Amino acid sequence: MLGLTPSQTVGPFFSHALTWPDGPVVDEGPDSFWLRGTVFDGEGALVSDALIETWQPDGAGRFNHPGFRGYGRCGTDDHGRWAVRTVLPGVVPAPDGRPQAPHIAVSVFARGLLDRVVTRVYFADSTVEDPVLSALPADRRETLLARRSADGYEFDIRLRGERETVFFAV
Amino acid sequence: MSTAYARDPGGTHPPLASPGYRSTLLRAPSQPPVWLEHSLTEVTGPVLGEGRVLPGDHDLTTQHAGEPLGERIIVHGRVLDSDGRAVPDTLVELWQANAAGRYAHVRDQHPAPLDPHFTGVGRCLTDSAGGYRFVTVKPGAYPWRNHENAWRATHLHFSLFGRAFVQRLVTQMYFPGDPLFGQDPIFLAVPEAARHRMICAFDLSATVPDWALAYRFDIVLRGRDQTPTET
Ligand SMILES: [Fe+2]
Repeated sequence: MLGLTPSQTVGPFFSHALTWPDGPVVDEGPDSFWLRGTVFDGEGALVSDALIETWQPDGAGRFNHPGFRGYGRCGTDDHGRWAVRTVLPGVVPAPDGRPQAPHIAVSVFARGLLDRVVTRVYFADSTVEDPVLSALPADRRETLLARRSADGYEFDIRLRGERETVFFAV
Repeated sequence: MSTAYARDPGGTHPPLASPGYRSTLLRAPSQPPVWLEHSLTEVTGPVLGEGRVLPGDHDLTTQHAGEPLGERIIVHGRVLDSDGRAVPDTLVELWQANAAGRYAHVRDQHPAPLDPHFTGVGRCLTDSAGGYRFVTVKPGAYPWRNHENAWRATHLHFSLFGRAFVQRLVTQMYFPGDPLFGQDPIFLAVPEAARHRMICAFDLSATVPDWALAYRFDIVLRGRDQTPTET
């Protein structure tokens, strides 16, 4: 076994390197919407130097299907806001074969994060029972639910403190 | 055999809450992360190849009309998984300060000169053996506001995707023998036994005589879980 390379922070000066003009566009077909959010720190201050990355299957639950990149990347702006244009992901089975509710995997990178933190966007209006969500205490489960907004869904990320987003060890 | 990836062994990554690095205080989550079994979401990952990398993107010294100032260096190595297998055709992104220690980034306020011939951003795809190679200049050290008279050890930033969401890695590469290691809390946040994995090695064999010195930096991402599962 080779020793893994340790993680280090992305630092404050990455946006000219890691953001792409088409980074936020996962899909812009007729069924697409904006998934938007704000990133907050432990005092509720806006985090204006975070990088959000998303990973998901297409609407039929297929990863890396030809023509569907599945990956989105967006830096937060001066107001801590990020957005990706995408479609509702299809259902993907859990390791035990049960269905999981539609979800999007999210990585958050920022100055002050020595390793990325990983979360999942679920959709508040989904009716599919989800084994990951149902294993969480109800108040924490709420932090993973994207809510309907004027042009899609809203999903805020609270790195620390009150209503702290659930982060996963993967 | 499980399709899952091996978990990070303890002693690999820096703890998110590392008080010596002040910015972690308000940004590191306070709750322990919730264990997530790997489903297809975690064991797949984006394929970011063709179109993301243009010819010449690996050479940070030829992106402008003239050559940047500084000591020209070659940085090369292999991207492997922890089982020693090459990770071919994967995107490697690199960004760094110029030779004076200044980033070509709007928010960098360090009073050191910008270099009109250096943006400090490179990318490449690994070859079939997981190999990559950049040509750049050695970055300068730069001060930051973490503590009194704080200076970052000289480093290049790297971003890697591997083949799966769980292999995603952002790290920094350091140079051998840097006298700034002992006061850099970002470097020191990594468990001591793993710090050497972030330090490149001088590589005489890869130097180009009369042109550039070379350093080797191999990057190791997580491998597959070797534990047989009972199903
Ligand atoms: Fe840096």
